[in-house]
Amino acid sequence: MLSFLLRRLMQTVPILVAVAGLIFVLFSVIPGSFESSLMDDGKSMIDEQTVQRIRKELGLDQPVAVRFVRYVGSLATLDLGTSFRTRQPVTTVIAERLWPTLKLALAATLFAVVLGIPLGFLAAMRPGTLIDSASMVVAVSGLSLPKFWLGLLLMYLFALTLGWLPSFGYGNGGISHLILPAIALGVSPLGLLARTTRAAVLDIMNADFVRTARSKGMSEVRVVRWHLARNALVIVLTTVGLQFGSVIGQAVVVEKLFAWPGLGSLLVDSVSLRDIPVVQGCILTLVLFFLVVNLVVDVLAALVDPRIRYT
Amino acid sequence: MLKKLTLAAVLALMALPAEAQTPRPGGTIRFTAAYGSSFSSMDIHATNRTQDEIWAWAIHRRLYSWDTAQNKPVPELMTSVTPSAGGLVHTFKLLDNVYFHHGKKLSTDDVIWTFTRIMDGSKGFPGARYVRNIKGAVEVEKGQAKEIAGLKKIDDLTFEMTLTEKSDPGFMFMAGTTSIYPSDIGGNADYITKPSGLGPFKFVEHIPGSRLVGDKWEKYYKPGKPYADRIVISIMGEAAARDVAFRNKEIDVSILGPTQYVAYRADPELSKNILEVAEVFTRNMGMNPSFKPFADKRVRQAINHAIDTDLIIKRLVKDKAFRATGWLPLTSPAYDKSLQPYAFDQAKAKQLLVDAGYPDGFEFEWTATSNESWGIPIVEAVIPMLAKVGVKVKIKPVEGAVLAETIRKGDFQAYIWSNATGPDPLTAMKCYHSKTPQTACNYVKFANAEVDTLLDEAAATDDAAKRIELIKKANAIVYAEAPIWFFNYNKAVLAYQPWLKGLQANATELALQHYDEMWVDASSPAAK
Repeated sequence: MLSFLLRRLMQTVPILVAVAGLIFVLFSVIPGSFESSLMDDGKSMIDEQTVQRIRKELGLDQPVAVRFVRYVGSLATLDLGTSFRTRQPVTTVIAERLWPTLKLALAATLFAVVLGIPLGFLAAMRPGTLIDSASMVVAVSGLSLPKFWLGLLLMYLFALTLGWLPSFGYGNGGISHLILPAIALGVSPLGLLARTTRAAVLDIMNADFVRTARSKGMSEVRVVRWHLARNALVIVLTTVGLQFGSVIGQAVVVEKLFAWPGLGSLLVDSVSLRDIPVVQGCILTLVLFFLVVNLVVDVLAALVDPRIRYT
Repeated sequence: MLKKLTLAAVLALMALPAEAQTPRPGGTIRFTAAYGSSFSSMDIHATNRTQDEIWAWAIHRRLYSWDTAQNKPVPELMTSVTPSAGGLVHTFKLLDNVYFHHGKKLSTDDVIWTFTRIMDGSKGFPGARYVRNIKGAVEVEKGQAKEIAGLKKIDDLTFEMTLTEKSDPGFMFMAGTTSIYPSDIGGNADYITKPSGLGPFKFVEHIPGSRLVGDKWEKYYKPGKPYADRIVISIMGEAAARDVAFRNKEIDVSILGPTQYVAYRADPELSKNILEVAEVFTRNMGMNPSFKPFADKRVRQAINHAIDTDLIIKRLVKDKAFRATGWLPLTSPAYDKSLQPYAFDQAKAKQLLVDAGYPDGFEFEWTATSNESWGIPIVEAVIPMLAKVGVKVKIKPVEGAVLAETIRKGDFQAYIWSNATGPDPLTAMKCYHSKTPQTACNYVKFANAEVDTLLDEAAATDDAAKRIELIKKANAIVYAEAPIWFFNYNKAVLAYQPWLKGLQANATELALQHYDEMWVDASSPAAK
């Protein structure tokens, strides 16, 4: 297991370097620049001398190749550079936004797991019934609803109409501000989890070992607990892990809508303002998260299913 | 029509919440910053975006501020400003009761230190464009001097400023990028994240991407102000979310876009608390004379005649704009009400094209962003109108940062943008001076000797009335030359809660408010 972990960790390095290179090249060729973004409101004219000084200070007057070498060199020392906008280290800028995003992603995933897995199980246990159909309508709707639109509906219903929850913001970091964005973000993985769980359970229910267990007179509760649930868990766990990773990436829309101070809204703002070091840092952080979550899922899968062995 | 528009603008300025009541102390002002998902920086010298000025108006102060009633800059931190006979030397006498939030008393050292910091050539601070007008500032910027020669300390509260050319320092030093910093911060890196200013509220916290909170500064130099105990500025870039929060009474103000403007006007309750002002922004389509057809004045005039501008303002912009009749907008002191809009006359447009040698029209590329008020939706409405006179359009969609870069570099045939055309009418008109480079604001490379002469005379005269007349004449020539399609002047609209008092129709930017004049009455959910 240890050698597997080390190997997987080593594999993340070339992936991160490739992603860093790709982002660097991409933002070196696309039009638009930081200094131009300072003037995009048509009001804030900056004279050419200042533009040139800004470029010099930020090192943008250097050739792309020189900048790339410096960038990779900095990355090797875990230095993500300095934000063009705030003039703070990128790690500081990202650190301020990391916990809100993680909190939102965790809450959204929890919401999806708590509702999605039972829903899928219920549908699989009663295939072809009204419960099955209703569960799958909920699941498909969750998958297809645009997050922005759903978020607005939630705001309208729970904040404006019922007055139960605040419609926006981070508040003091309490749960009341977290609920609506977490639901808006969690509905899509909920739908996927419900469908995946249903498919996995249905598949296992028709397996020989389940039929054997039943023919031996094992109670339905024991069949479900010992055979269905444990076997379905590996597939479900993999889906949960992948969804947690992608939820962090998908948080952009929800964070912007709910004025949630996370990585997503930071990334969007940084792209439009061409704050390239922050863009690079955000994307690398998101990729790193995805890789780590995948690794954790692989390890957990091995713990759950003894048939899985890593060498 | 023009009379109606002018009247509307005047009414907008007058239709301020007329507070007969006595301001109520206490409570929290819950303001919003609607132009993005975050603030760029807590160092206001490093950013010139309106989004950042929204918080800076709470925490910082500049030498001058904008008087919305008089529509001009007025001294803020001074008891007097005395210009010399030649207009180059100004003697400033600072107020004697101004304190930074960490307790330091304002002195001339702080002003000089601030301007010297802004001129640090290694930083490229945007405010350098203003400070550069002080004699010797450029030398500091280039590293050839350590002190700005044109700033002379006379005593702790008096200093002399020598400018390189005659100009009103008020327009320069009212900019947020010239906010006065305390000289004792030195290299304190914390200052960038926890600013100490002279404003009515002292910094409490900034949650990046969420909000900034400030508490009443007890030693604020205006006795009895600010009225509110606290200000919370929430960052809310999404209009739809802002709308819900406003209706849910979670925020006190909301900047409205065209769609919301229609909905709020139609609502019997919400319509009671809407503040409108003709902002000093002119939306326009710039035509590059390097593209052969646009080098001909008749073609440019034809474009102006071929577009039914009023129809677009009514249907697409939802009347949230005033028809442009010149570069300078309604609220500019040099607005020329005698100028008539280009008539929508496609026959005349066609004839002008024939006269210019384009009987079959031509095709051009139009660079535009997705902005709903001055972007691709507008261009798409214009396309069939131009097609009727034989002019074809190919849209080049770009995002904001790319548009600014494309225009600055002159890499366009036509663009549509919204440009600041104030508050200083001379600065705004100088965008059409031939000596103004394209990289500054003469984006359409306008060159007209008569306009140059008029603007030079306007800059040289001491007679304010004469200056306005000269600027008006220059504006009229530019209008006749039609280097742009004169689309509209922005009508900025702010919805506010009935309990919020003291808002002002700031024509320079409605989202920038004098927080020290604002107060909340007892009906506010945040009254305590």
